[in-house]
Amino acid sequence: MSQAEAARRTPRPLWSLGLLRSEIAMTFRRWRTLALLAVLAGVPVLVGIAVRIETGDGAPGGGGDGGAGGPAFLSQVTHNGLFLVFTSLAVTLPFFLPMSVGVIAGDSLAGEAHGGTLRYLLVAPAGRTRLLLVKYATTLTFCLVGTLVVALSALATGALLFPLGEVTLLSGTSVSFGEGLLRALAIAVAVALSLTGLAAVGLFVSTLTTSGIAAMATTVGLLITVQILDTIPQLDALQPYLFPHYWLSFADLLRDPVYWDQLQKNFGLQALYALVFGSAAWARFTTRDITA
Amino acid sequence: MPRNEPTEVTDGWDGERSPRRRKAVRYGVPVAVAGVAAATIGLVPAFAGGSPDLPKISAQDLIAKVAKSDVQQLSGTVRVTTDLGLPSLPGAGGGAGGFGGAPGGGEKGGDDASAAPQKKLMELASGAHTLRVAVDGPDKQRVSIVDKAAEYSLVHHGKELWAYDSGSNTAVRSTAPDSRSGKEHRAPEGLPKDLKGATPQDLAKQALEAAGDTTSVTVDGTAKVAGRDAYQLLIKPKQTGSTVGSIRVAVDAETGTPLKFTLTPKSGGAAAVDVGFTNVDFAKPAASTFDFTPPKGAKVVDGDKERATAQRGHGKDAPSRKELAKDMGGMNVIGKGWTSIATIKGEGSGLPSGKDKGEGAGGDAAKFLDSIGEKANGSFGSGRFFSTRLVNALVTDNGTVYVGAVDKQSLINAANAAK
Repeated sequence: MSQAEAARRTPRPLWSLGLLRSEIAMTFRRWRTLALLAVLAGVPVLVGIAVRIETGDGAPGGGGDGGAGGPAFLSQVTHNGLFLVFTSLAVTLPFFLPMSVGVIAGDSLAGEAHGGTLRYLLVAPAGRTRLLLVKYATTLTFCLVGTLVVALSALATGALLFPLGEVTLLSGTSVSFGEGLLRALAIAVAVALSLTGLAAVGLFVSTLTTSGIAAMATTVGLLITVQILDTIPQLDALQPYLFPHYWLSFADLLRDPVYWDQLQKNFGLQALYALVFGSAAWARFTTRDITA
Repeated sequence: MPRNEPTEVTDGWDGERSPRRRKAVRYGVPVAVAGVAAATIGLVPAFAGGSPDLPKISAQDLIAKVAKSDVQQLSGTVRVTTDLGLPSLPGAGGGAGGFGGAPGGGEKGGDDASAAPQKKLMELASGAHTLRVAVDGPDKQRVSIVDKAAEYSLVHHGKELWAYDSGSNTAVRSTAPDSRSGKEHRAPEGLPKDLKGATPQDLAKQALEAAGDTTSVTVDGTAKVAGRDAYQLLIKPKQTGSTVGSIRVAVDAETGTPLKFTLTPKSGGAAAVDVGFTNVDFAKPAASTFDFTPPKGAKVVDGDKERATAQRGHGKDAPSRKELAKDMGGMNVIGKGWTSIATIKGEGSGLPSGKDKGEGAGGDAAKFLDSIGEKANGSFGSGRFFSTRLVNALVTDNGTVYVGAVDKQSLINAANAAK
């Protein structure tokens, strides 16, 4: 990997790119990461098969049959496989996706420290700030990849099990399948961006400890706590500032015209969390004693 | 001492300072970022809400301006917040768990009428909602209630009125004039009339109609609403018995369009009704906004037919409505203006209270009523109050009901006078 380049001991811009590349390759080669991605890919398949069995031989039609409760867009899946993408993202976003991001982010530095490899990474003239940025970028890459895995797996399952065609937006307007695909892609990106705040929180937690497990558990625990706080009605004054609060705003991309208000709030909030916890992670990581 | 200090090679810019001081400086960064963010969140609304400089205008001129305002075309986002002190209605959004069942389609899956307009409009009576509105003349309107991952749209185009509920993927088709009168009839009692036409225009018009010698109308400064300069019209009841504290209408300085309507109860606290544009555009909305074809796969219900069957069905399963209609015959209004009280005469027993239903079930019922209604006594006899933040009702033991946006004493006085 970048050992040869590192040996030159003069940091060049390309060097951090190489470091990033090697970090990404290492992360995605881990069994843990692959298992997480497999779970993520499995969710849409499960949902798709469940809906398929449930609607059984009854021809698609009768809008009421799937309409009772369940995750958003579920009733639409039988009419259009593309809706499985939206349903799957709605199902995985509250927990599965952020949990896997928490695992990756929590492990990013603490795992290295635990394995005793952090020292060696720092021997190379990467500098702590740069290493931190690379770790964060790797986590963000995982956010995007994880989201895309869910979306693509859902799209494949949807195309296999259900008819594809014109997409009915929430406002009742129909758009062509191509535009529907574009919107699905935009939604996947919006979902990935929704996870950036949590990724920064995870990175910060990861700088606090030398135990990868502790960092992962703390991050996921934080996620669950915040998710619970977000549902307590008495805390509604606080809720707009909790990072998962606007997560489900991605559905606003399916309105005609698109309703940007909540999406903007979501992205602003994620940027804020990324800045605050990112700089906290930087403050901690650049001043801490690395003993392992 | 640690064996490897942070690498001075790359982070050498602060090499002379002590590590402790450097640590403090670095931790200052996230704190500063958080602080700036908090300050921005706190201060921006204060700046944005600053009152713009506008030429002075009298209340009369302002009302005239509203009256002759001929804005035919607009589109925008309206925020509706209602806090009438009613228990939150089933199906109203904002429940825990959030994303699960789309309201409407959720609790009554497969119910044919789940996309019927009046149910959705009921939901507006509690909580906070976002509407998207587009108007192009009297024949083309569109209102969408923006829910979490769901949307409820009403599209009026010429003679056609479509309602589409994305939660249940159901479209209801009605003929416009019919559906309008139908809505009037079926609007549930207790839902303030204001909510039916939930645009600021309608609300302001009604407020102005209610004015007279019972009301003081003044211009109370200016405000910025939806990024536009606006005058604030302050409407206050002169009668003391009213529960209405004040009504504030923000009127767009340029077009005379009411942009915001706020009704504050006399008891203070949050506004009982707050309807305002958060975003408005006076350009002509795209023509396609008002085209509605039911999407493929959606269930299409004929609203006119649906209504006919529903009305037939109500003879059996909804006696309360029938009773209500009967009672309406005996309804009359005492007083005028803000303190008018509707009286519905009842014969015999209205509510089971301990004494007229013996001790058994009636006693339990009375106990239950005690828990929700407050006891009232006066020279008229006794009865119970049922109160919300805005509307109070007095139900006497002989079944007469006094309802109005007035305080409890006024209701007792009315009951005593009627005796």
